[in-house]
Amino acid sequence: MAINTEKNSYTVVFAVVMVIVVGSVLAFLASALKPKVDENQRFEKQQNILYAMGVNDNEGEGSVSFIPTSEVESEFSKYIKKQLVIEGTEVKEKQDAYLIDMKKQLSTIKSGGSAELPLLIGEKDGKEYYIIPLYGKGLWDAIWGFMSVDANMVVQGVFFDHKGETPGLGANINQRFFMDDFEGESILDGNSYAGIAVAKGNGDPLNENKDDNEVDALAGATITGNGISAMIKDALKLYKPYLETIRKK
Amino acid sequence: MALLSKKDSNLILDPLADNNPITIQVLGICSALAITAELKASVVMAISVLFVLGVGNVVISLLRNVIPAKIRIIVQLVVVAALVIIVDQVLKAFAYELSKTLSVFVGLIITNCIIMGRFEAFALGNGPWKSFLDGIGNALGYGVILIIVGFFRELLGSGTLFGIKVLGDPVAKTGLYALGYENNGFMIIPPAALIVVGIIIWVQRSRNRALIEEA
Repeated sequence: MAINTEKNSYTVVFAVVMVIVVGSVLAFLASALKPKVDENQRFEKQQNILYAMGVNDNEGEGSVSFIPTSEVESEFSKYIKKQLVIEGTEVKEKQDAYLIDMKKQLSTIKSGGSAELPLLIGEKDGKEYYIIPLYGKGLWDAIWGFMSVDANMVVQGVFFDHKGETPGLGANINQRFFMDDFEGESILDGNSYAGIAVAKGNGDPLNENKDDNEVDALAGATITGNGISAMIKDALKLYKPYLETIRKK
Repeated sequence: MALLSKKDSNLILDPLADNNPITIQVLGICSALAITAELKASVVMAISVLFVLGVGNVVISLLRNVIPAKIRIIVQLVVVAALVIIVDQVLKAFAYELSKTLSVFVGLIITNCIIMGRFEAFALGNGPWKSFLDGIGNALGYGVILIIVGFFRELLGSGTLFGIKVLGDPVAKTGLYALGYENNGFMIIPPAALIVVGIIIWVQRSRNRALIEEA
């Protein structure tokens, strides 16, 4: 029997059936692969956190290289000693605190609720690293990262990433030549938590002055850079009460 | 007996050379420019398109008698989009690092004119086996150019192939770099791909003058 494919009713039925079939195939696939995708994202987060405390495979001055995915899980539990959650003035340990979504927490705070702020304590060669998650916005979309400081409030390492900054300009925030500048910078200005500003024309392009609370900006990425400055400042505002308790005076 | 009849093997071989989708039909240029800075990305993109075009052509060909003519473009789009989402999901699950650099471009496969072009021009009018061969042939023709461009851009731009330093270390000044050789930063940016594709087109047409269009 030849079907009349010209009829309107046929067209509608065809479209409906097609959508249902394609929709269910894709939904099935997505849920079947979800555990694997989630695991990849978890590993990525662990790699980023370890990167911020200086556990990485970087060689020389080249590109960012994380420790391999196959080892990240065991390395993570080796270096990360405590996972804390700060809720108001209360600080308690919580398993897998690093998986807490900062975006959700920040919007809870914005709407006046009390948020759970994750903070990780890592230890490498007998030295403690306090790792703060960062979240903010760049020019086009979200930017985020991790920053580790020691008890003197000196930055030990950072990791930044972004969703959709301009390639070649703002997208370079996840490159070594930008992130390495943060190492050794103090987040304190006297007694206030000034953070680190991404500054144009600070007269210190080689970043030799580590107490100026500034790093050299990326050319052509002013708004992304400002986003980084703001993101660090915002996080320090939230974490200040806790950081005060561990700070060496 | 040959594995494929002459007609069938032409379906595969033609797009590789004399009817190449990129250099002759000038389709799919967008992705050829965007992702060819690294050989690895080129190879993955070529494989992804091979899958999407091969399977998509067969699906469209099987459905060719039941697809309502009025909405055939939409049906084609749905088929491409569904296949592309499958590729994207599989990459996310099994090649996560790569999926981060490629996800934007994998999404772009949907708008890759080669795919819609083959659906419309071939699969709607031919049987599944022929359509499959046609899809594979065109995807290979596309992939070959992508890989050639990726090879030269990565080699000249970064001095690496598949991320392996083949010309020595530019920082430590070993290998070629010891002789004063420098990487050409221009090769990394998209316009360089245009030039490489242009050179391929030039070489191809000077070897086969029949391809030169009358002005």
